[in-house]
Amino acid sequence: MSKHRVSTTINGEPTEFLCEPQLTLLDVLRDDLHLTGSKEGCSSGDCGACSVMVDGRLVCSCLMLAVEAEGHTIETIEGMARGKDLHPLQRKFLEHAALQCGFCTPGVLVAAKALLDRNPNPTETETRYWLAGNLCRCTGYDKIIRAVLDAAAELRAERASG
Amino acid sequence: MLSYVAPLTVEEAISILASASGPAKVLSGGTDLLVQLRSGRTKPGLIVDIKRIPGISGIRERDGTFVIGAATPGAVIGECEALRQAWPGVVEAANLIGSSQVQGRASLAGNLCNASPAADSVPALIAARATCVVAGANGQREVPVESIATGPGRTSLKAGEFIIEFHLPKRPPRSADAYLRFIPRTEMDIAVVGAGVSVTLDPDGACTDARVVLGAVAPTAILVPEAAAALIGRTLDETALAALDQAARRACKPIDDKRGTIEYRTKVAGVMARRSAAIAYERAGERR
Repeated sequence: MSKHRVSTTINGEPTEFLCEPQLTLLDVLRDDLHLTGSKEGCSSGDCGACSVMVDGRLVCSCLMLAVEAEGHTIETIEGMARGKDLHPLQRKFLEHAALQCGFCTPGVLVAAKALLDRNPNPTETETRYWLAGNLCRCTGYDKIIRAVLDAAAELRAERASG
Repeated sequence: MLSYVAPLTVEEAISILASASGPAKVLSGGTDLLVQLRSGRTKPGLIVDIKRIPGISGIRERDGTFVIGAATPGAVIGECEALRQAWPGVVEAANLIGSSQVQGRASLAGNLCNASPAADSVPALIAARATCVVAGANGQREVPVESIATGPGRTSLKAGEFIIEFHLPKRPPRSADAYLRFIPRTEMDIAVVGAGVSVTLDPDGACTDARVVLGAVAPTAILVPEAAAALIGRTLDETALAALDQAARRACKPIDDKRGTIEYRTKVAGVMARRSAAIAYERAGERR
């Protein structure tokens, strides 16, 4: 089977990989690039555990072929913290204990950041609808929602003072 | 063995599809296709990704008409303020497809060509008198959206044909559309019934033109002229609503499945048609 050479930018780093055409972006991120933060939950676009950003758009990496990534910019959960400095969303998830097993958490964080990047002051309802494609089977959703809204408030305060 | 190719022009895509030796699939957002690839429900030898073709994704406005590229993601459709103003029902229907993540990729052409009877964008597009441009080895043809799906998973597209864009016509004054679906949850589900309604009102609020389309109650989305006739010449009074409800129910040919029984779907179709018509009327009335 012929492999495709794919050039992308992942978390700010120019990244090349070879892949067979049937592999998903999630397959390559996890198995070849060892970026295992993105999780494989359902492989059918229902659970959101594999959420990544492609050219600034939130997508399920299980619903995208890796070859489609040619020339595109990808951001994964691994790019969210700045070194040891956690993103405010990540800190708030810890403070609010908004996770138990943690399997859904990378996807929830990526999706929540996508929301806050375009809407710094979402309502609880907007937040719940936006995250409806991220399934969590442990905590229930209340802590997740509280953590996201709290992070949004902190980010707004930072922006106002900065 | 699967091959992947991403042509840069419509002509190139046509010639690749025409010379494909085995089954080929056109890829736009992939939110249905990748699921079917994985489950083995479809086993193409070739995937033709059309997203590198300039203009295949994006929205253009020309003298009040809109051209929506076949592969335009739902999220981009939802962000187009001019389109939301002109066709709020089409936009709300397109934005009901899947999650925020799915909206980042899912396209109108995919929703139409996947040919699910419950596809949310399709009733709204048909109500809007949308057309689509089909490209193939014999050139291009512009056809009504309702001519594409012929049954669950089946379309009228010939081998090697694909949709390149959708056209939405210019709106007369006091016109608006709406789409509603019923699902047992509040989000992330497949329509039990969907109803798209588009109306144009005269200055006194009486309906001069209407289109009513139902989804998920027949093998394809169905245009219901009798339901539109119940609205035309009237304001949205009780008599018109009752006639609309009855016409919508009569048009239903649903199946029994886990999402709803025949009886339930039929009743809900009348309710959804009425509610969707009420929203379309209210929106049109605000535009006088």
